[in-house]
Order: sequence, then C-alpha cells, then structure tokens
Amino acid sequence: MANITVNGTRHQIDVEPETPLLWVLREEIGLTGTKFGCGIAQCGACTVHVNGEAVRSCSVPVRTVEGKQITTIEGLSKDSSHAVQQAWLTEQVPQCGYCQSGQIMATVAFLKTNPNPTDADINENMTNICRCGTYERLRKAIHRAAAMMRT
Amino acid sequence: MNDMTLSRRHFVVTTLATGGAFAIGIGLSSQADAAILSSDHPWNDDTSRPAGEINAWVVIQPDDTVIIRYGRAEMGQGSFTTMPQILAEELECDWNLVKPEYASANRNFVDNKVYGSLSTGGSRAVREQGELVQQAGASARERLIAAAAKRWNVQASECFAAMSKVTHKPTNRTFRFGELAVEAAAIKLDKEPALKKPDQYKFIGRRLARLDIPHKINGAAKFGMDLEVPGMVRAAIIKCPVFGGTLKSVDESKIAGRRGVMQVVKLPNAVAVIADRYYRAQSALNALSIEWETGAAGTTNSTQFRKTYIDALNEKGAEARHDGNVDAAMATAARTIEATYDVPIIAHAPMEPLNAIAHVQADRVDVWVGTQNADAALVLAAQASGMKPENCFIHNTFSGGGFGRRLGPDEVAQAVAISKIVGKPVKLVWTREEEIRQGRYRTQAAIRFKAGFAADGTPIALDMRNSAGSGNPAAVQNGLDAQTTQGLINTAYKLPNYRVLSMLKNTHVPLGPWRAPGHSQNTFFIESFVDEMAYAAKKDPVEFRRALLAHRPDFQQVIDVLVEKGDWGKPMPKGKGRGVAVHESYDSIVGMIAEVDVRNNQVKVERVVIVCDCGTVVNPRGVETQLEGGMIYGLSAAMFGNITIKDGRVEQGNFDTYPVVRLKDAPKTEVYLSSTPGKRWGGVGEPGATMIQPAVTNAIFAATGRRLRSLPIAGQDLGGSV
Repeated sequence: MANITVNGTRHQIDVEPETPLLWVLREEIGLTGTKFGCGIAQCGACTVHVNGEAVRSCSVPVRTVEGKQITTIEGLSKDSSHAVQQAWLTEQVPQCGYCQSGQIMATVAFLKTNPNPTDADINENMTNICRCGTYERLRKAIHRAAAMMRT
Repeated sequence: MNDMTLSRRHFVVTTLATGGAFAIGIGLSSQADAAILSSDHPWNDDTSRPAGEINAWVVIQPDDTVIIRYGRAEMGQGSFTTMPQILAEELECDWNLVKPEYASANRNFVDNKVYGSLSTGGSRAVREQGELVQQAGASARERLIAAAAKRWNVQASECFAAMSKVTHKPTNRTFRFGELAVEAAAIKLDKEPALKKPDQYKFIGRRLARLDIPHKINGAAKFGMDLEVPGMVRAAIIKCPVFGGTLKSVDESKIAGRRGVMQVVKLPNAVAVIADRYYRAQSALNALSIEWETGAAGTTNSTQFRKTYIDALNEKGAEARHDGNVDAAMATAARTIEATYDVPIIAHAPMEPLNAIAHVQADRVDVWVGTQNADAALVLAAQASGMKPENCFIHNTFSGGGFGRRLGPDEVAQAVAISKIVGKPVKLVWTREEEIRQGRYRTQAAIRFKAGFAADGTPIALDMRNSAGSGNPAAVQNGLDAQTTQGLINTAYKLPNYRVLSMLKNTHVPLGPWRAPGHSQNTFFIESFVDEMAYAAKKDPVEFRRALLAHRPDFQQVIDVLVEKGDWGKPMPKGKGRGVAVHESYDSIVGMIAEVDVRNNQVKVERVVIVCDCGTVVNPRGVETQLEGGMIYGLSAAMFGNITIKDGRVEQGNFDTYPVVRLKDAPKTEVYLSSTPGKRWGGVGEPGATMIQPAVTNAIFAATGRRLRSLPIAGQDLGGSV
C-alpha cells in the first residue's frame, strides 16, 4: 500500500512498493499525460515533479515518493495557462507531442533554478529526447517562457 | 513568407470576389482559441452516417460545427491541420468551427475506397490527397448553395458561400451552413465545380496554428498508449530476438503465483504475459526462461553482413538507369576517381513504443492503435482473427512518431492474435528494447562510385554500383526494387553518361521504410561523392553543382537563396567548415548548408540553413517544422545511428546504446521557403532527413580534409587538429 499525493490529491494505492511511479500515475490514477518512452530514465518522456524537482518517473519506485508532493502535466495548470504551456502554444512546439509533457515539466523545473538561461544553459540542462526534432522551437519556447515568468 | 499577426477573434481579410469587392472572413482565430473544437481523441464510431454528412469528407452539424474527415494519420507531421485547411479553402467555412476527425478505415473498405488510401508515408498527404479534398470541399459548398437557392426559390448563381453562411446577393438574405446541411446532403450536382485558382486562395498559404497542439501541451491528447477499454487486460511481449526464429520452450514455473498475472500466451514466434497491470506483465515476462529456435541466422553478425554488401559491389548487377555509354566514356576520360561508401542498418525509435488494444468478439474485431496505415491494419486484423474485413474496425489514434515504423503494423497482428486466445480486450505494449530489436530497419547499403572527367575538369561520366536490401522482396522485378535506388536514378544532375547498377541483397534482418526510404542513404552517398568530384575538379562545391544543374532554374533559385542565407564562401576559422547538399525528393527541392566545428575528434553541428522549394505551400510553418524536424531525424542517423547484429540478434536496446540527437546536439536552424506556387504540391515530411547527412560530412571535410565514407560519424577519426 502506497500513500501518495498527486496534484494535491491524496491517493492510497495497493501496488507492490517497487512499482515505478510512472505506472502508478498511468494505470492506478489514470493520469496518462505522463508517458512511457524508454523505462530506463534516458528519454524523459515520463518527467514529473517530486517536491518541485524534475524526476523521471519510470525509474522511481513508488515507495520512495510516499509523503511527497507529486505534480504531473495535468496538475501544472487547470487551463493550460502556465507560462511554459503558453510559450509552447505560441512557438507551436509539439509535433507528435508524445515527449512534450515531459519537456514541459522538465522546463518548468529548470526555469526555477535558472530563470534567465542562455542557449548553452538550455543545451546542457535540458536532456529530454524528442524524435520529431522540435529542439529549435523548444529552445525558443524556453526563452519565451522565461521572459514571461520574469515579468 | 511573412508571419501573420492573428487577431484574438475572427480575422477578416478583404479580397476581391466575383462581381465586386466583399469582405470575406475566413475565421482565423488566435492560436489559443484555434482548437476549441478539435478533439483529443479524434476517431469516430465508424458506422454512423450523420444527417448533415454532405459527403464522406464533410459533415455539418446543426450548430454549424464542420467535421472534416482526415484521410491520414497524425504522427507529428501536421496534416491533421493542413488537410482540413485545404478542404476549408473550397468549403468557405469558418475555420473556428472546423473539427477534424479520422476517416474510418472500415468505411474505406466497405465503401469502395471512398477516402482513397489512408496510408501515411512518402510525404504524400498533400501531394496525393490534396486535390481530392479540395474537390470534396468544393462539392459540399456548391450543394449548400444549391440547397439555399432551392429554399429561396432563386438561382444558385445569385448566391455565394462565405464564413459558413450562404448569402443571396440581391436580397442579402442568409442561411447558416448548419441550417442547410441535411438538404445539401440530398442534392446531386450536374457536374462537379471547378477548383479555385492559386491566386484565389485564402486558406492555403496561411500560417495557421495546428489544431492538435492545444491537446499536446496539457497531457490530454490520446495516443494508443493512453487508451483503456472496459474489461481490458494488459500484455507484455517478447518476440524471438533472432528474426525469423520460433519459440522452442518457455518455463512458466518461475512466475507461478505472481500477483495479477493471468496467463502466458505462446505464439509461434513470441511469448506474451497477460496481467491486470502492465508492470506486472512486463516483470513476469522478464522473469521467464525462454528458449528460441533460431536456425542458421543465429550465427550471423554485422561484420559478415557489411562484407556481404561491399562484396556485392563486384557483381554484375541489374541496370536501374543508363544514359549514354558509361564504359566508353570512362575509357576516354582524362581522369577518373573512385570511392566506396556504406551505411549500417538503423532503427526508427519513435518516442511512443509500439502498442495496440485489440478486442476480438464473435462478430467483430476492434483495434485501437496509432498506425500510419489504417487500411493495412484492417487487413492484418482480419487475417489474424479470421474475421471478414468488413467486420474489423480500426480506431486510429494520435501516434507518438512513426517515421515509417508504423506502416507495417506488427503490433496489430500480435494484439489480435492474443485477444483471440484470451477472449478479452488486450492492450499490448512493447518495451523500448522490443522496439529497437524488432524493427523494420533502414537497409544496410554500400555503393561504389566512379567519375570520369574531361581534360578541362568537366565531368563526363558517373557510374554507380549500389548494393542494398529490398524492403519488399516479393515486388522485386528484373533484380530491381525502385526504392533502393531512389535518389540515385532520379537525381537532377545532368551528365551525358550516367549509370546506376543495383545489387539486391537481403539477410534475415527485416527491412522497411525509414523516413525518406532510399533517398535517406542514397543522398548521403551521392551528395558526398559529388562533393568529392568538385574537389577533384578543383571547383567550388556549390558552383560545381550549379553547372550540373544548369538546366534547372528552380534548383538555381534554391541555390541562390542558400548561398546568400547560408553565408557560402565566407571565411571560417580553423577547425570549422561548411558543407552543402542539394537534392530533389517527393516533388520538393531542398538545399542545406551545415556549419561544423571539429575539435578533439568531436564534431559539433553549429548551424544549419535549409532552403526549400515545395511548389505550393499550404502552411508555411508546417513546411518549416517538417524540414527542421526531418533534419534532426537525419542528423541522429548521421551522428549516431548504428544497429549491429551479433549471433543473429540486435545488440542495441535502448537510448543508452542507440543514442539520438538531444538539445545539446541540435544546431541553430533556419528555414527559408523559396517556392514557386501553382506548379507542384511537393511533400516535405521526408526531404529534411536526407540532406543533413552529406551536408555534415561535407562540412567535416571542409574543416579537416577528412572524407567520411561510412556512417555513423561518432567514433570515427575526423582528422584535423587534436
């Protein structure tokens, strides 16, 4: 039995403690915005926030996040109004979109630690994979979001 | 192309219409509002024929919502927006009311291919289906006008359609489309209306926001991976890791009594574990001891395959093209040069691992899957279930990338077979490892070039001996598969003596289309060797290409823009270089210049400039994003792409062993459109993936003098300063 708080709601979930958080979110709680991409914390499609920090939920056993605040893409805003989501819309970042929940969650956490990043900062810290190759627009959107959040 | 500034609500453009000046709105909304009506799960129930269905492509509901059927699959390329954009051009509807919906594969089967082909590949959506949907939109518009004219008892010629309304010009009376649709559906036209001329376009050419993006920034968009159906169980699968092998035995005792595990399903070549949760199914599968029957293929490896493809270059081969007389010309050449190139097999690795939900019942089969080819999925579902195709239903979802991998829906056949055995709806999910190891790969290939020059350096002959595998051996005729020589037999370069010989070689490795099949490896080959020819002739690589393309003003125009925007010829510091590539594919001409920095045997691609002439541009931003994305996809292949075989099986398994381009590897990218409207509707999904490969290796040569004749780049000696 795991007690976790996701997007402000407490859940008591009857799963094996080693179950990755990703599959708890997707199959027990029904939050499918967080994606399965690789299962070994390589691609970042499963990125969520645990106590505000970006983690790759495919490789986080649910027992390790008990009592912590988990935020998924669905909990970022009610109406896609978060600055990062709005920047994504304006720059028209997503193509297939499968990696973008993770990209957005990684960006939100990244901008907290680096509110005014350079391209080099972005290149070094944003390591999520996008196979459609939205990187150029992603960089622009991160700068745009950063500017929106500073004002 | 100028970026449009869109007003918050309806954007009204004034344009000249027949008979005078009218303000004709086209209903462009802001990006935030654009997709209010599009759905995060845009498939229909396959059987209903709403009363307001004017034709198979257009349904107008009483509240004026315009459902536009979409005869392709949205996997990132954006045609979920561009195809309705083309149809709306003729329909004269309010763009804010447009709701795209996947066309039904079942209906396409039972209704005599009413949607043509639903297959999504070959950069064909606009090229192949554009006119069909224009006609569908025009026909629906004329029938709406006819319905209104009938109600008013006036001539249709006195009425016009705009912004989802029909207006009777003399009296200014109007009906909304939603009031007319049911009557319009019953009207038969004497003849189909003529299509607009390009100078009349209002929608086509606009930088419209994509209709799917609002669902892709909040986790709402439903991919196959995200669906559940009532009563569903979950399956994890492993197929024999040696292609073509079969299941010998499986020891189930190790997973006895595991929580949630229901059943082990043995297929002839695979094992699946069924459980109530995916993680339980996958963990149990991992714990099984499985023995496979691999046969002779189980002893093969990449070194041997590479030798096979290179040795094949010495065979006689089949003539795929021959202009002039290459042998005679070479005999007279003042100078010849030769080079041999090769590439390994590579996998697709779309972000969403393959998956499908299948439900086989006594009287029907339902499959929920993100597939590039719903028509093929339907046939496969019928074969795997023994059901008639008319009783099979494919509910196509958003796909997390396809790139060709979702054209051969292996997961559909597996899911259907498993559902038939367990008697329940089954959701099958592949691991990333299964996706990398059970691909339908880009072929391994090799080529030997020989070029002959006259004494003044003019190239007079080009000879190519190409070995590659066929993705469809059953279709090979006279030793040729048109796909393996794509980009070699149809280059725009004009030489009096030009020959392509093809040697087809297949191993046990399954092959399939990989973004820009044929062109993908062949553009690397030919644009590298043409670069070699330029240096051999002591000519500037751009000017050398220009001379071979003197008969193509469209190419010259692309090159003009490329040279200017790409700073061709401007000096660069030591260790840096520019490489160029130009190529025509999918009816589009694309030129690229890559700038690289090489130091400590590492290459960094710093900037890429792309120029494209795709003829008529439907959505400039759509073209730009496809070229940017295609370039990155091809860059992954150039930098890292390498699937190796040992003991008959793929050695790589995930992004740690099969690396791809990440942000740090992604160059600053600029795209310029240099299109001449009206003459062509070129495809843009694939061309970007081809040219980046030679553009980068040509740039490395410019920087260090090291000519790379194999891919990937990673791990090779790049020359230059250390």
